[in-house]
Amino acid sequence: MFLALRELRFARGRFALMGAVVALIAILMVLLSGLSEGLVNDGVSGLKKMPATSFAFQENVSKDAAFSRSLVGAGAVESWKHQPGVADATPFGNALANATTNGGVDIDLALFGVEPGSWLAPRATNGSSVVDEGTVLLSSTAKKAGVELGDVLTVAPAGNTLKVVGFLDGQHTFGHVDVGYVPLRTWQEVRAGVRPGEAVQSRVYEEFTAVAVRAAAGADLDLAAGDTAAGTTSLTLKQSFGASPGFTAETSTLNLIQGFLYAISALVVGAFFTVITIHRRQEVAVLRAMGASTGSLLRDSLAQSLILLLLATGLGVGAGVLLGAALTGTSMPFHLDPQPIAVASAALIALGMVGAATAVLRITRVDPLTALGGNR
Amino acid sequence: MTDQTSTSGLILEDVTLVHGDGEEDVRALDAISLTVEPGELVAVVGPSGSGKSSLLAVAGALTAPTSGRVSVAGVDLAALDRRRLTRLRRDHIGFVFQSANLIPALTALDQVRLPLTFADTGRPRDPASLLDEVGMSHRANKRPHQLSGGERQRVGIARALVTNPQLLLVDEPTAALDRQRSQEIVGLLARETHTRGVATVMVTHDHAVLHHCDRVLEMTDGRLADHTPTAGVDS
Ligand SMILES: Nc1ncnc2c1ncn2[C@@H]1O[C@H](COP(=O)(O)OP(=O)(O)OP(=O)(O)O)[C@@H](O)[C@H]1O
Ligand SMILES: [Mg+2]
Repeated sequence: MFLALRELRFARGRFALMGAVVALIAILMVLLSGLSEGLVNDGVSGLKKMPATSFAFQENVSKDAAFSRSLVGAGAVESWKHQPGVADATPFGNALANATTNGGVDIDLALFGVEPGSWLAPRATNGSSVVDEGTVLLSSTAKKAGVELGDVLTVAPAGNTLKVVGFLDGQHTFGHVDVGYVPLRTWQEVRAGVRPGEAVQSRVYEEFTAVAVRAAAGADLDLAAGDTAAGTTSLTLKQSFGASPGFTAETSTLNLIQGFLYAISALVVGAFFTVITIHRRQEVAVLRAMGASTGSLLRDSLAQSLILLLLATGLGVGAGVLLGAALTGTSMPFHLDPQPIAVASAALIALGMVGAATAVLRITRVDPLTALGGNR
Repeated sequence: MTDQTSTSGLILEDVTLVHGDGEEDVRALDAISLTVEPGELVAVVGPSGSGKSSLLAVAGALTAPTSGRVSVAGVDLAALDRRRLTRLRRDHIGFVFQSANLIPALTALDQVRLPLTFADTGRPRDPASLLDEVGMSHRANKRPHQLSGGERQRVGIARALVTNPQLLLVDEPTAALDRQRSQEIVGLLARETHTRGVATVMVTHDHAVLHHCDRVLEMTDGRLADHTPTAGVDS
């Protein structure tokens, strides 16, 4: 470390340039992570907050459109209730809808239909729950759109009306629109396009999107066995995110960009330390002739890279978080979460070290003999 | 070969170094025998390509000879693996290179401290007082690019001596220096050699500095011949 620290100080301009590149990449990582997290929240926070373990959809439904395509019946619920390890199963309805408030505000909604009083039914911040037909509990984010408690929503196209009786705690969104919880019967009427006052075919009340299944504490569900018995196709809660509109495309694009960033940073750091190491060849030959062991030279150089990467990443993440804080709360879906940022920083440092290590390994190929005779 | 106890210093016995493989062999060293006692300054002169650097490389445990025995500080090098050879260089051999080859990032004082950071060596000398001894204490905080060629060479000598080596190998120390500076540098080497009891081998092209040396050897085509001038002939 004697030499490593002094070289950092001596060539600080050069190292600062490299550090700046790494720091900029770190800023970009933080912003991407926030954007990614924000998009995930926008896409599936409504699902994430559900107490379900898995959803059982119609058999062989296409997995990326399961929520919009699937229809199952009461038989599947009964079958799932009796599977080993299942604490309870209940119907779940999911549909996208356009609504207008009596105040003239247009709002897109994801209507979640649940049995009143079931474990799937959430409770609003004002204590009300999903009970009466024709009422809705909305995500708190709907307030920003201009919806107020007591407003009456008219849902297109049939004109069903929903009275807003409460707001949920925090963000509940699905496919970038606000979630509204309604009683299952109301959901079924809206989905079937039943106009108010119209006669309802009994078939309407027999269908819903999926069976929400909750595993008993500590139990591991055998989804395949349950599917065979119930004639359904199950997705775990996490897998069901992929069935949210646009979710897979968005997250895979962002993951691709992140992957590229990691690769770029490893390559840039590798290239930098390659140049530095080549530049140091004569010096390394002298050090080896004087009796410095290869191991200690490698250790020193790696410590030097690590210090640089730690400092640069730390500064970059700090700057990124400050920038991100400015973005949070704007219309941009942006959400800073410490865990993915920590993981991304660790990956940035680890891959930078891989780049540095491949460069620094050149030290082992320097012949101490070249220290003699000036120019050989 | 033999396992007789060697004295410290440098002993070469019948050392041959062949470069190349098979067809175009170059005998860089041809059956050389040489003993350098502690406290003795030996100069090696000779035309370009005659094998002077090869001699330093073999004596400095940087190259293994093709045949023959090399002993440094009483240790037979043939018995040592790469790690031990590195350790032997660290603890018992000092190098002074042609252009000093100082580390650009380090101040003069840190250059001298550097070899002591490789490991806890036996009985090191104090870097600051050694720097004073070579007349460089007033430039202790200067980096190589702020020093003249002669000053760099002084720092290089202090760096080579700080571990208290038994063998000092010097490769054309005055190549980049004027006459006056050359005399000072070789005078300094001679003084350190004699007061510290170190065995020193110096390769040089500079015949004006030979009067500082206890023995002068001439190398021709890999062979050594004694060429010590009679006292008082030079300058
Ligand atoms: N690595 C090598 N491979 C092949 N031949 C070599 C190698 N190193 C040196 N030689 C040859 O060995 C001979 C002795 O070389 P050496 O460098 O010891 O000469 P020198 O006396 O130091 O010359 P100079 O005064 O020019 O530095 C030369 O003929 C040289 O070409
Ligand atoms: Mg030479």
